[in-house]
Amino acid sequence: MRTIRLAVVTPQRNVLSEEVVSVTAPGAEGYLGILPGHAPLLTTLKPGVVYYRKIGGERDCLAVSGGFMEAGPDKVIILADTAETAAEIDVERARRSRDRAAKRLRERPPGLDVARAELALARNLARLKAARSRSGS
Amino acid sequence: MSGIRDIKRRIRAVTNIQHVTKAMQMVAAAKMRRAQDRVLAARPYALKLAEVAGRLAGAANARELPLVAPREVKTAGYVLITGDRGLSGAYNSSLIQLAETCLSQEERPVALVTIGRKGYRYFRQRPVKILKNIVDIKDDFDISQAGELARQLMELFLQGQLDEVNLIYARFYSALHYTPRVERLLPLETPPPEEVVDTGYIFEPEPTGILTALLPRYCEIKVYQALLDAKASEHSASMIAMDAATKNAGEMIERLTLTFNKARQSAITTEILEVATGAEALKDWQ
Repeated sequence: MRTIRLAVVTPQRNVLSEEVVSVTAPGAEGYLGILPGHAPLLTTLKPGVVYYRKIGGERDCLAVSGGFMEAGPDKVIILADTAETAAEIDVERARRSRDRAAKRLRERPPGLDVARAELALARNLARLKAARSRSGS
Repeated sequence: MSGIRDIKRRIRAVTNIQHVTKAMQMVAAAKMRRAQDRVLAARPYALKLAEVAGRLAGAANARELPLVAPREVKTAGYVLITGDRGLSGAYNSSLIQLAETCLSQEERPVALVTIGRKGYRYFRQRPVKILKNIVDIKDDFDISQAGELARQLMELFLQGQLDEVNLIYARFYSALHYTPRVERLLPLETPPPEEVVDTGYIFEPEPTGILTALLPRYCEIKVYQALLDAKASEHSASMIAMDAATKNAGEMIERLTLTFNKARQSAITTEILEVATGAEALKDWQ
């Protein structure tokens, strides 16, 4: 079976380096799936969830808060601003941050950095989604 | 004899100093190890990002982007990263010296941004314009702090206050080795277009779009790295300095102990001599 080497790095650490069968990532133009033999691709990532299928068929995921992805026939490198595996996510904290960001966007206090609040919202939604898909699978 | 007491007091004093330097050395070693881990953890990302940036540099109009485009330099900026504290051997002075050399070789007008108290204290008394001074960067500063600094530098660059930004910092190689060096930050360096091979990449969004997102990030990472390297180097320098101080104190104690023993010996000899002479004199008298 052909596999791809998935590497996820952040400025703080190497989060993951593993042989996988497929990867799905939140690209600039929407989620995109990558299978072995993919054409060379370079894209920005939006905050979201990166899903991947391990060799045994088991699925796992990570929450990323934006970054870049480079894909090739046998490798995928994700340069994430931050990345957390589902197990690392503090659900309670993510929920609080999400509510805070949502509240800010609803109430629009003067001087609100809308772009930043939207990013925070997206980031925490991604975290919660990643945590959920872990407990659900 | 007062001489002996003085020597004894000095031995005690030097021993106390040795305890202190020993402790400082161990603290520095621990801090350096932590800083080293962070330096090493950050490198793969930085390398990879540089690689991606290089790949994009072939894009038609990459060289026209404001962060990349070189322009006529009216003011050259130098960012000097030093420590806040001393007791780290030649660390701060070697960086200051390098900065001094850079500035003296520069024919264009220069402006300085200092990070760390030592560099600021030195250059505020010189005829150099200091645009900004940042102190108290903690050992466990996070990437957002470096990002903030990078954004300020990019702003200075984009607003035209600086037409070139160079970093002067100590690059960390190992626990015992660091080198002060100058590195260009802005305009960002990309390989010349003729060296870039078109590998048929699919870009999403188009290359310029990715670059607009990537270049500021790249700049932030470079600053982050420089700060991490500087921290690790500083702790390494202070570890080495304190190790040397401990060794010197040891030598001094040895020397003083020898002097002390000699003084004691000669005091005893004198005393015996006195007693003997006294006895001898008494014998004659009897």
